Amino acid sequence: MAAVERRKRRGEKQSGFLLALPALLWLTVFFLLPVFIVLIVSFMSRGRGGLAEMPFTLANYERVFDVFVIVIQNSLWIALLTTIICLVVGYPLAFFISTRQSSRSRTFALFMIMLPFWTNFLVRTYAIQSILGREGILNTFFQSIGFIIEPLRLLNTPEAVLIGLVYGFLPFMVLPIYASVERFDFRFVEAAHDLGANDIRAFLRVVFPLTLPGVIAGCILVFIPAIGAFVTPDLLGGTKGIMIGNLIQQQFRGSGNQPLGSALSIVLMAMVMLALLIYIRFGDQEG
Amino acid sequence: MAGQTLAQHGKIRYNQGAIRRDMWVRKIGKFGLLFNPVVAYFFLWAPILVLIIFSFNAGESVSTWEGFTLKWYGNILANTLAAGTEAARFSTELMLSSVKNSLIVSISATTISTIIGTMVALSLERGHFPGKKFLDAVLYLPVIIPEITQGISLALFFKVIFDWFSLQSPDLRPTSGFGTIIIAHVAFSVSYVTIVVRARLSDMNPRYEEAARDLGANEWRTFWRVTFPLILPGVLAGALLAFTISLDDFVVTFFNSGVGTTTLPIFVYGLLKTRVPPEINAISTLMLIASTILVGSSLILQGRGADKQ
Repeated sequence: MAAVERRKRRGEKQSGFLLALPALLWLTVFFLLPVFIVLIVSFMSRGRGGLAEMPFTLANYERVFDVFVIVIQNSLWIALLTTIICLVVGYPLAFFISTRQSSRSRTFALFMIMLPFWTNFLVRTYAIQSILGREGILNTFFQSIGFIIEPLRLLNTPEAVLIGLVYGFLPFMVLPIYASVERFDFRFVEAAHDLGANDIRAFLRVVFPLTLPGVIAGCILVFIPAIGAFVTPDLLGGTKGIMIGNLIQQQFRGSGNQPLGSALSIVLMAMVMLALLIYIRFGDQEG
Repeated sequence: MAGQTLAQHGKIRYNQGAIRRDMWVRKIGKFGLLFNPVVAYFFLWAPILVLIIFSFNAGESVSTWEGFTLKWYGNILANTLAAGTEAARFSTELMLSSVKNSLIVSISATTISTIIGTMVALSLERGHFPGKKFLDAVLYLPVIIPEITQGISLALFFKVIFDWFSLQSPDLRPTSGFGTIIIAHVAFSVSYVTIVVRARLSDMNPRYEEAARDLGANEWRTFWRVTFPLILPGVLAGALLAFTISLDDFVVTFFNSGVGTTTLPIFVYGLLKTRVPPEINAISTLMLIASTILVGSSLILQGRGADKQ
């Protein structure tokens, strides 16, 4: 009986692995291997037409931390600002949604957040482009009320990129915080009040710490796509709002410098991994 | 007696100050909680509403209203501008072929990733094998790694493979096209399918499967008669998520598409980068309607699945 049981379990082991095999192979060949190739190319020299060539070198990384360090700093700064603005706007918003009385109005409030988010990213970026443009609604409106005479330069600035990123990633902040607040037991607040805490104290000592996992998850979900953004700075930033993503793209289109682009990608990936490590260290304490 | 009253008086006054301050904080907080959603929803919806409204604008401007028209929608439907007139800045034919390409890519990628994603979800939830933790970690990577890194790493990979092929036989000249785009899309969407299906599987009571086996059903029969019908809403939700992400993907496709395999996002990007035609608002509105229908049906599917539980 024990032998049968063991054989059965071994059989399950095998079938379990076979089921995993196609996806495992696919991800190994078409995901891990390509990333490994990027890692190797990042240590190679620039050859004809921007392609990779032999002798191995560290020159690409030297250039990344020498010439392009400003762009990396700017990208980090923009991604951080995006995260902070999303948090400041998204936290009360998540609170508002989860404190609606009926489940129907909660679903509706969430749906109203999700719907713009499910619209094609390019279309949403274009919408912002058309509002901020020289002849866009904002400039036309300000000119018509005599607030300004010459159209303001709103598009093709770092600020435009910031607006675009906040617009694009706000739902990523709202949803995890919403999930946290939803689970929060508001009797804790009553208890804090009964023990003499005012609203600020109750929030800082009770509500915020208990919803912190959602906050950190939201920050990670906003920060990671923001630091690697390419479309938003490309369409809204012009030459002034350039980010790492644009630099990488430039190295890979036409005759750029593929080893340099690879080194930039590796640095980008390292930053994302670092953010993730911080999350695992501080954010995942609940589970 | 008098002293006591004075002391009480002082104490109460002190408390009243604190209470008054706390009431102010509460008022500001309440105002903020009402004011913030108004601003946030306005911020999220204003660009889209502007887009929809100006898709009916008679003029080409995106800021001055010049009267109501349906001519941009008419142009898209009637294909008149493709005839090479002076105003031909936009070709419906090209757009339709990009829609067709997008559908080919998304349907193929969704089919493959739904099948192998459901399989791997089953193996992770029900199976035990060495390297499970590693597989679990690898599956989350495509969700985390920036799109641009995925795009260029696959482009480099295909370049290496294609060069190797041409070295083997000079006649064979493989290029980027549907194959490379579909492979790339499966590589990132399989993770999303797995996450959704796994959530469904972990909610499911494994006793049903045990009961089926006790009643003499083999693994295959158990899966098709018990497990699959129960996880079907999750599989469909995962497939719909993969389909939406694939249909929407620009960055990864951008680096891995070839000549003649322009997808809809690539086509829209081309319009935005070179010459913005006045039809763009109408196209965007149509895309908005399409994604609303997709998301709506996905939510209804998931809701129905949750009701059954």
